[in-house]
Amino acid sequence: MTERRPLTLHVPEPAVRPGGSPDFSNVKIPKAGAVPRPNVDVDPEAIRDLAFSIIRVLNRSGEAVGPWAGLLSDGELLEGLRHMMMLRTFDARMLMAQRQGKTSFYMQHLGEEAISCAFRRALSPGDMNFPTYRQAGLLIAGGYSMVDMMCQVYSNSRDPLKGRQLPVMYSSKEHGFFTISGNLATQYVQAVGWAMASAISNDTKIAAAWIGDGSTAESDFHAALVFASTYKAPVVLNIVNNQWAISTFQGIARGGAGTFAARGLGFGIPSLRVDGNDYLAVYAVARWAIERARRNLGPTLVEYVTYRVGAHSTSDDPSAYRPKAESDAWPLGDPIIRLKNHLIMRGAWSEERHKQAEAEIQDTVIAAQKVAESYGTLHAGAKPSARDMFEGVYAEMPPHLRRQRQQAGV
Amino acid sequence: MARMTMIEAIRDAMDVMMARDERVVVFGEDVGYFGGVFRSTAGLQQKYGMTRCFDTPISEAGIVGTAIGMASYGLRPCIEIQFADYMYPAYDQIVSEAARLRYRSNGEFTCPLVIRMPTGGGIFGGQTHSQSPEALFTHVAGLKTVVPSNPYDAKGLLIAAIEDPDPVIFLEPKRLYNGPFDGHHDRPVTSWSKHHLGEVPSGHFTLPLGKASVAREGSAMTVLAYGTMVYVAQAAAAEMGVDAEIIDLRTLIPLDMETIKTSVSKTGRCVIVHEATLTSGFGAELAALVQEACFFQLEAPIARVTGWDTPYPHAQEWDYFPGPARVGRALVETMEA
Repeated sequence: MTERRPLTLHVPEPAVRPGGSPDFSNVKIPKAGAVPRPNVDVDPEAIRDLAFSIIRVLNRSGEAVGPWAGLLSDGELLEGLRHMMMLRTFDARMLMAQRQGKTSFYMQHLGEEAISCAFRRALSPGDMNFPTYRQAGLLIAGGYSMVDMMCQVYSNSRDPLKGRQLPVMYSSKEHGFFTISGNLATQYVQAVGWAMASAISNDTKIAAAWIGDGSTAESDFHAALVFASTYKAPVVLNIVNNQWAISTFQGIARGGAGTFAARGLGFGIPSLRVDGNDYLAVYAVARWAIERARRNLGPTLVEYVTYRVGAHSTSDDPSAYRPKAESDAWPLGDPIIRLKNHLIMRGAWSEERHKQAEAEIQDTVIAAQKVAESYGTLHAGAKPSARDMFEGVYAEMPPHLRRQRQQAGV
Repeated sequence: MARMTMIEAIRDAMDVMMARDERVVVFGEDVGYFGGVFRSTAGLQQKYGMTRCFDTPISEAGIVGTAIGMASYGLRPCIEIQFADYMYPAYDQIVSEAARLRYRSNGEFTCPLVIRMPTGGGIFGGQTHSQSPEALFTHVAGLKTVVPSNPYDAKGLLIAAIEDPDPVIFLEPKRLYNGPFDGHHDRPVTSWSKHHLGEVPSGHFTLPLGKASVAREGSAMTVLAYGTMVYVAQAAAAEMGVDAEIIDLRTLIPLDMETIKTSVSKTGRCVIVHEATLTSGFGAELAALVQEACFFQLEAPIARVTGWDTPYPHAQEWDYFPGPARVGRALVETMEA
C-alpha cells in the first residue's frame, strides 16, 4: 500500500518577479524558416508538432526565409508597416488623451501591432472578426475611419455607439468587426456560430475568433473548440498569447499543457504557433488558416506568441508584478522595427524615409484627433444625449422603458 | 381546427416557421435525430434536413453562444435548453451578449433568437428539473420573457417570438405539456384534446408579445398568474367560491400593465401566484407595479402565493408547490382583509 503523505498544492509562479532579471530562457525559439509549410488539406494528425514550435519568417538579420516567406510584395509590406505605425501612434495619442482626462479608459497594443494588422490583410470583404479589445489593427488596416474610432474612445456626440460602450469596444459591421463585449471569451463561441451560419447558408464568408492567453481558461473557449470541431466550422480560432493576463502570467491559464496551441489537438483541430511579432509570419499563417476555412476544411487554431509591452489598460501598473525591463528582454523583438529592418534590407525603405513617415503619421493622427475633439470629449463639449440611453434596448421601445424615459425627463 | 397538445402546438409553430423562412434553424441537446426528450422537435430533422435541425454537444453556453453568432449573421435560431434548470452555464451568453448586442452596437448587430426551455415542477423532477427561473430573465434589460399556458397560446406566441427582432426567452411549463394541470396531483388530468384551448389553428398565426388574456372574468378580486398557475388559480377560485378575475399574463416582459390596471381598478383586490421562489420573484415586481398603479383602488394588501424559498425538493414536491389549497386560502384571506 502507498504511504499516505500529506498532499501539497502546486501554484505556478513566473520565472521572475519585480527586482529580478528578466528571463525568457523557457521560451524555446526555433530558427526562422525552420518550420515546414504543409498543404492546407493536411491531416491534422500529421502536423501535431506545429502546436509546439513557432513559425517564423524574419530572421535576426532581417531576411525573410523558409517555406512561409515570399507571399507579400514590397508595396504590401510598406503598407503593413504603415498600418502598424498608425496603430502605435493612435495608441500613444489616445493613451495621452486618457491621461489628460479626455476619456475614462484606454487599452494599447504596444508590441502586438503585427497580429491584427497582418491578419486583416488575409481576410476578404464580408468575413467577420469577433475581436477582443486588443485587435484595433483590424480596423486601422481595414481602412476604418480613425476619427470614428476616436469619437468612440471619447464617447462624444459623434460616437458611432452613442456613448453606450466603454472606450475601445468598437463595432463596425461594414469593416467585419463584431461589437466587442468586454466580457472575456464569450465571443469566441459566437464566432463559431457565425461561421456555422455561413456554412448553413452555403455562403462563402468565414469568421475569425479572438481570445487572449488568460481567457482560454474560460469554459466558453472549450465550448467553442467542441462546436468548431464537431461541425467543422469555417472559422480561424486565434489565441494572442502576450504572456500576461493583467498581473497573471500565462502559466496560470496554460497549466500543464506545453502550449496554448496544444489545446486544439484534443479536438482534432490543426493547431499552429506563430511568431506574433513577425508581420510576414502572421500574414502567412493567417492566410493558410483562412484558406482552410474558405475551402470548407474546417477550423484552425493559431497561437500568436507575443509580449504585451504596455500595461494591460490605463488602470494597470505592470511594475507591480513583472520586471521593468522585461519587454526589452523579449526575444522576439519589436514588430515595427523588424519589418522596418527587413524593408531596409530589401532596399525598399530607409531610416530617413521611416523618420519622415513617423512624422507624417503623427501629423495625420493629430489632425484626426483635432477633428474628433471638435465633437467633444468625455467630460467636455458635446456628448450623446441622455435620451439615447433608452434607445436600442429593443427594436421597439416597450411601455415600461417609455415610462422610465419620461420619468428621467429626457 | 386541429386538437393539439402543447408539445404538438410548439412543434407545429417551429414546423410552420421552418417551412416559411429558411433562416429558421432549430438545435439543442437530443433535438435532432431523436426529436427532443419531450418530443418537441420530432420529425423536424427528417423534414428540413441535418443543417436546419441538429443535435449539439452538451454545452448550454455553446448552444446559446453559437446561436447568438448565427442570429447576428442573419439566421433566426430557435434553440432548446433541455430543462430551464440547465440554463445557468449559458446565462452569461444570455445576459451579457444576446440581451445587449443591439444596444452596445447601436443596432449594427442584432440577436433575433428564441431560447425555449421547459420550466416548472410537478413532475417529481427534483431540484434540477423543476425550477422556474423567469425572474432571472425579466431582470435583464434587452430580453423578452414569454410563458404560455395552453397549446393555442404556445403556438401563436412561439411564432411571434421567432419573428421578433430581439432575443426571447420562451418558458414552457412542462406540467402543462399534456393537459391543463390544476394542482390536484392526486386526480387524473384532463387532456388538451378535451379542452377548448387545445384547439389550434393550422398554419401561421401570431399572438402579440405583451398582451395578457383574461382566463376567467370576475369582479371580486384579480389574480395575476402565468403558466401552470393559471389553472391552479382557476381551481382555487372555483373551490372557494370566489368570483376572481384571473389574468394569464402570457408575457412577463413586455408586460401588459393596461389589462392588469383595468382589472385591479375594477376589483380592488389582487393576489399574485407563481411557482418560483418568493424573494425577488416576478411577483415582487408585479406587487410593486400594482400598488404604483392602483394604490387608491386597493381594499386589501396585495398577497403573493409562491414556491417556498428553498431549492425544489423531491419527496416534498406537493408541500412545495403552491397548490389549490394554499392559493384558495390566500383568496379567502384577501377577500376578508
